Amino acid sequence: MTRALHSCGADPLVRGRRPRRPGPGTDGRRGQRAPRGPAVRPTFLLCIALGLTPAALAKDSCIDCHSALADDLQKPALAFSKDVHSQHGFSCVDCHGGDRNADDPSGAMDPARGFKGKPARKTVPQLCARCHSDVGLMRRYNPRERVDQYAEYQTSVHGKRIAAGDEAAATCIDCHSVHDIRAVKDPLSPVHPLRLPETCARCHADAVRMAKYKIPTNQFEEYRQSVHWEALAKRRDLSAPSCASCHGNHGATPPQVSSVAAVCGSCHAMMEDLYDKSMHHDVFAAMNLGGCVVCHSNHGVKMPSTAMLAGPGSVCKQCHDAESAEGQTAAGMAAEIAKLDASLQKSDEILGLAARSGMEVSEAVLKLRDGREALVKAQVATHTLDPAAVQKAAEAGLAIAAETHHAGEAALKELNFRRFGLVFALIAIALTIAGLWLLIRSIEGARPPVAEAGRR
Amino acid sequence: MPPVEQKRRLQRSVAWLDERLGLSSIREFVAHKTVPVHSGTLWYYFGGVTLFLFVIQVLTGILLLLYYRPTAGEAYESVEFIMTRVQFGWLIRSIHSWSANLMILAAFIHMFSVVFLRAYRRPRELTWLSGLALLGLALGFGFSGYLLPWNTISYFATKVGTDMAASVPWAGPALARFLRGGDDVGGATLTRFFGFHVAVLPGLATTLIALHLMLVQRHGISSPPWIEKRFVASGGREPQMPFFPNFFLRELMAWYAALGVLGCLAALFPWELGEKADPFASAPAGIRPEWYFLAPFYTLKLIPSHVWFMEGELLGLAGFGLLAVWWVTLPFWATDREGVERTRLVTGAGVLLVAYLATFSLLGYLR
Repeated sequence: MTRALHSCGADPLVRGRRPRRPGPGTDGRRGQRAPRGPAVRPTFLLCIALGLTPAALAKDSCIDCHSALADDLQKPALAFSKDVHSQHGFSCVDCHGGDRNADDPSGAMDPARGFKGKPARKTVPQLCARCHSDVGLMRRYNPRERVDQYAEYQTSVHGKRIAAGDEAAATCIDCHSVHDIRAVKDPLSPVHPLRLPETCARCHADAVRMAKYKIPTNQFEEYRQSVHWEALAKRRDLSAPSCASCHGNHGATPPQVSSVAAVCGSCHAMMEDLYDKSMHHDVFAAMNLGGCVVCHSNHGVKMPSTAMLAGPGSVCKQCHDAESAEGQTAAGMAAEIAKLDASLQKSDEILGLAARSGMEVSEAVLKLRDGREALVKAQVATHTLDPAAVQKAAEAGLAIAAETHHAGEAALKELNFRRFGLVFALIAIALTIAGLWLLIRSIEGARPPVAEAGRR
Repeated sequence: MPPVEQKRRLQRSVAWLDERLGLSSIREFVAHKTVPVHSGTLWYYFGGVTLFLFVIQVLTGILLLLYYRPTAGEAYESVEFIMTRVQFGWLIRSIHSWSANLMILAAFIHMFSVVFLRAYRRPRELTWLSGLALLGLALGFGFSGYLLPWNTISYFATKVGTDMAASVPWAGPALARFLRGGDDVGGATLTRFFGFHVAVLPGLATTLIALHLMLVQRHGISSPPWIEKRFVASGGREPQMPFFPNFFLRELMAWYAALGVLGCLAALFPWELGEKADPFASAPAGIRPEWYFLAPFYTLKLIPSHVWFMEGELLGLAGFGLLAVWWVTLPFWATDREGVERTRLVTGAGVLLVAYLATFSLLGYLR
């Protein structure tokens, strides 16, 4: 931080009486400053009132010089204004060292003043960790921020490879960017939930880059066919799973066969519970198969349907013949679910027709939601491999479907009654009008009487 | 009992009532009351149709009162109960809503027929004023009744309406607070609007209807000046029709026709209930008031937020205020100092107002 900044009492490390301690990555002078309290506050307020932000007032010879340079030497200086660190009052010297107050480049980039230049790639995680693993420091800026990223990173495939000397492995800056690092919640951040899959794919979909690791590069392509991608990209559901949801972010590693169900179960808890109790759990474990992915696949998870249980697209056929007892069980469960789905569809249609005809059927429509819930329960119950469990859930749904269909029929019957009543009433009204007209005619004769003007 | 004895008893009963109520004078009055007959007689029926629809409003309103609960927590559910559980409840509510709209339409037609048939002329200025006050009350009925089902559309429309009231200089904030019963539309507003709708407005309306009818009776039904002149010039008498039974039976036919239209609308297009109001939800897109408020609403939307030194909305409200004063005082500027009628001015003003209301209501509905 500069003297100019201090003159406004705006140092983010000084304001709010934060504890004095040496600042990270600098020559330590920051920590020597005395906190400026109420005495400097009016000056700070004056600066704000004049529209002068602390950053605008601060002298930064790094930014000043590099902004005037060209190409790669200019880009970091221009990008840094958008960086979350810049917005919190940090500057180039906090990572690169040196003296931002020096007027000449040799002074500013003097190793004697702590200048370290461009950090070596393998040292980037440690460099970031100096602050991001510091509980006390992080609490000042974002008390809810995690500080275990570096510890996790060291357990990740990326971290292990970097430690082993593979400089092509990802470090912090490969995902978070460098010089224009944004908060994760910023939609422009490369690690914002909506952009994360593309960020991972920058490396993992690159066949050339992945060649030496001998891992597939079609994960992103498959993911873009999945129901998870649809939720994330089309419905903009930020809670929808993407790469980091299953693989972890800083501790990114492929889930082991034994932990696949636990990973899926972190969202699909009920399915995991039923699967763990099912016969498949032990059989798949014995066959070293990865639980959920056997039927649902991994990156390209499709919307489950009864077609997964029976018919040409059945996933059960991978292990069981359609004619086998297991195949028949699967077909039976599919039939129960399809029957419930069709019944609910019929109820939905008749209630829709009644509602479009102006009938009040909101209660039945609400009830139909319970039916849809029963359908989901029946679908979930397939993970037990027990037809009775599926049937039990389906029967509850069928009862609701019947009840709501009956409500729809009653509404349409009532509609017909209303129409009949209307016709009857209109005929009665028309006859009355005609009767009145005949009465008038009989009173007045052939021509309407013209009385003499009397009392009005 | 022999028929002769029955007849004698009936006569005695009538005589008893006549002695106490003066029935014979009423009979005498009705027998001599006449209505002018000319090409514009048809328009006379709309006053009666408006009255008929008001009576339907009162009757269906009383039936709705049996189940309606005027609290923010129960209003929506009680209307839902009326529509789904109460026998013919849907029909009663639908008739109440549709007849309110038809009543306002009939009142507008009645008002413009009075203008174009020149029925506001001396000595009927007070009849005109009481009629306009009744139209104002009808709009008040519409505005207060619209909120009562406590659904999303009515909630936000009331919010917009009371916000407009708040922008009136000086008295605006106090007026809005009085209407809302607080700083914002809420349960207190609903209770207040219910009170206006079922007690204050009906009381005022009944009094004004009595005054209006009394004035119509006192001054008689007006004939257009061009009809009057024709008969004055020829020295003949204006054709008249006995009010009872001739005009009354025709009026009855008009009421039945109105009942038929009302029945069709109520049965074929039941009034929707919509979603329950959620004060914490954001206003739904395309929110607009009832059709009879659409023209001023759309006009206010078209006015820029600032016009010279004034706020656009304030300018619009001031304009509508002046227009209302100008229209209310029509009988007083419709003739010049020499007593000559400003026929073209009145007709032009009427045509322009009809065109404005029709065009802007349509545009407000479509946009």
